[in-house]
Amino acid sequence: MNFEDTPQEAAFRATARAWIAANAPKQYEDELRKSSLGRTQLKNANILEVAKAWQKKKADTGWACLHWPKEYGGRGSSPIERVIWQQEEGPFGKLSGMFIIGHGMCGPTMMAFAREEHKRTYLPPLASGEKVWCQLFSEPAGGSDVAGLRTRAEKDGDEWVINGQKIWTSGAHYSDYGILLTRTDPTVPKHKGLTMFFLDMKSPGVEVRPIKQASGASDFNEVYFTNVRIPDHQRLGEVNDGWNVSLTTLMNERMSIGAGVSTGFPELFDYCSSLMLDEGPAIENAAVRSKLASWAVTASGLKYTSMRAISALSKGERPGPENSIGKLVAGSMIQDVATYALDLQGAAGVVSGPEDAEVAGRFQAMLLRAPGTRVEGGTDEIMRNIIAERVLGLPGDIRVDKDVPFNKIPTKGRN
Amino acid sequence: MNFDFSDDQKQLRDQARKFLAEKCSPKAVRVVLDGKAPYDKELWKGLAEMGFLGVAIPEEFGGAGAGHLELCVIAEEMGRANAPVPFSSTVYLAAEALLIAGSDAQKKKWLPAIASGEAIGTLALFEGKGNPSPKNIKLAASGGTLNGVKKPVPDAAIADFAVVAARTGSGGRDGDISLFLVDLRAGGVEVKSLTNLDPTRGQAELTFKNCKAEPLGAAGEGWSILSQVLDRAAVLCAFEQVGGSDRALEMGRDYALDRIAFGRPIGSFQAVKHMLADMYVSATLARSNSYYGAWALSTNASELPEAAAAARISATQAFQHCAKNNIQVHGGMGFTWEFDCHMYYRRANAMALGLGSLSYWEDQLIDRMRKKNAA
Repeated sequence: MNFEDTPQEAAFRATARAWIAANAPKQYEDELRKSSLGRTQLKNANILEVAKAWQKKKADTGWACLHWPKEYGGRGSSPIERVIWQQEEGPFGKLSGMFIIGHGMCGPTMMAFAREEHKRTYLPPLASGEKVWCQLFSEPAGGSDVAGLRTRAEKDGDEWVINGQKIWTSGAHYSDYGILLTRTDPTVPKHKGLTMFFLDMKSPGVEVRPIKQASGASDFNEVYFTNVRIPDHQRLGEVNDGWNVSLTTLMNERMSIGAGVSTGFPELFDYCSSLMLDEGPAIENAAVRSKLASWAVTASGLKYTSMRAISALSKGERPGPENSIGKLVAGSMIQDVATYALDLQGAAGVVSGPEDAEVAGRFQAMLLRAPGTRVEGGTDEIMRNIIAERVLGLPGDIRVDKDVPFNKIPTKGRN
Repeated sequence: MNFDFSDDQKQLRDQARKFLAEKCSPKAVRVVLDGKAPYDKELWKGLAEMGFLGVAIPEEFGGAGAGHLELCVIAEEMGRANAPVPFSSTVYLAAEALLIAGSDAQKKKWLPAIASGEAIGTLALFEGKGNPSPKNIKLAASGGTLNGVKKPVPDAAIADFAVVAARTGSGGRDGDISLFLVDLRAGGVEVKSLTNLDPTRGQAELTFKNCKAEPLGAAGEGWSILSQVLDRAAVLCAFEQVGGSDRALEMGRDYALDRIAFGRPIGSFQAVKHMLADMYVSATLARSNSYYGAWALSTNASELPEAAAAARISATQAFQHCAKNNIQVHGGMGFTWEFDCHMYYRRANAMALGLGSLSYWEDQLIDRMRKKNAA
């Protein structure tokens, strides 16, 4: 049990800190520090451009995708070095948002299933942020039930022809490539007829339509495929083995989400530390303190849970399932935290415009964005099922469509 | 960084688990629960023989001289087994107070006796309602004698000695409190057992009448020593609570797999699955907070006060949550005396109060976080 850096870790930290001090885009530090879920933007610059420039700078000197092998654009670092880097990168890490899916899910899937020449071609520009990737899994008829997806891939010579529609695709509107899960055999049960590919998002027949979210922003998209052609060498894994390939992706999703989940607690603690209520400072109010304490231990519990996972990883052990609690816990917590912050503001809490609202409306923005967090990447209910089944060993749900050929599953008129 | 127990410590945990599974079955716990014995003497003797009572006591005082991390893993198993012995009062409270503030002679007298199982100790802090505070200590000390009443005092009816918090100054300030060591077998103290939520760990009222007492630590240092003792005990109790949470979760999980209703195991219904998943979540958060507390305790880090409060809150919440929902998963059977669920429910709710209530520790945590931020 040891929280101190080893001499080697301390040396790595010093190198990272010095490099960041010399190279990070300092002019945005304050704005990034004040940004939180629902509002990560810069007043006088396009955050996507700033993010790409920072990522490229990191990649040029070996500070991108630290845990990836060097030949694919990484640094070959240990899991603990990766954590040290994240700690040192601090608010500048918020610039990595647009790369999370590519680095956390698409990259590892490519590493596990793509041909060697493709890995060498596609992974380095993915690491450096020059190319952005998205993940095309969810569909209108397959959200939580992702294996119910309907986008078809049909073989035509050395190519596959794709027709169908994806939805909730984060960042598709600025992505260069995507990994795509399709149905290649509708005559077998649903998990057994899927195949994974990667494709150029600029391919003819791909159409991206942004979705206006409940928060008013547009991070997600619908993506339509009309006779899009993908060469067979861009297939990831065997034909009809796409479900297993997607499990690799989703496993990595859970790992990549673990460390960086946002709970809203630091923001709320800061806010309450200076807030005056009618009867005195908020931080001296018994009700406020009780709420803060309860959230404080939830936030610290998540932080130390991910450190336990990292310790296991660094010893070569498979990390336990503990990390799967991260998104489940943080998602509803940040929603409750935002609600409470507004409650403390009284009637003025309704004002959300950055110019007029309390602390530039950060909690209002958080409140409006939070429902999405509880749905994306597995709803709260799916996450609880995963914990109950994979961790606690409880029986799976009774699935009436499990052994039925996909094309015999009732659809209520949809196809 | 290595945020985990060592292989040796994990081995010790396995050894303790195996020992307790054998010597501290629910049937053995029930002997004490049903009032047939005040505590499990055989188990206490066995714990001494295994070296568990003195695991964190230095060798020169008859202990194993291991450390607090070793004590944490044993505490977890004591909680898992719901052990009906005065472990927390003797080892976390009395022994830690002696280790922090005892003179060489006091340590020599009591610590070897604790390690060998011959002496049971406790801490007499509370005087009726209220949380730990110098203001709430009225028991008066003057000229080496104590007069006043302490209640509830854990395991006091079976204890050989007590560390007693007494008022030596005129106000309710930290510096007005001093600690004393009282040999409960020497007379001057009346003991009255109190019926309490968790009969597997006794509570009593102690009435001191011109009772002879020797100072423990310097005069006026009592509150400062007590704060340290409570922080250490908070981490150690948190491990007991983590062990109890895990056991309650396992009991619920096993029952959900076994019990058939509507033609299928009740563990296949999402309402039940999700309840168990939420229990796993709180037990995991508590474990992680407690590990941080263990690190701070074992290194005597400046983070200990904050880490201890966080571990205490998180583990209290988790044990209460897991114990109550374990009964819920069991349905009607969970509400019978015959099933073991209520033993964990009782223990969880008694432990939630023993070192001061949840709201007290929440208040402490915020104070400590503010202090850290100001520094």
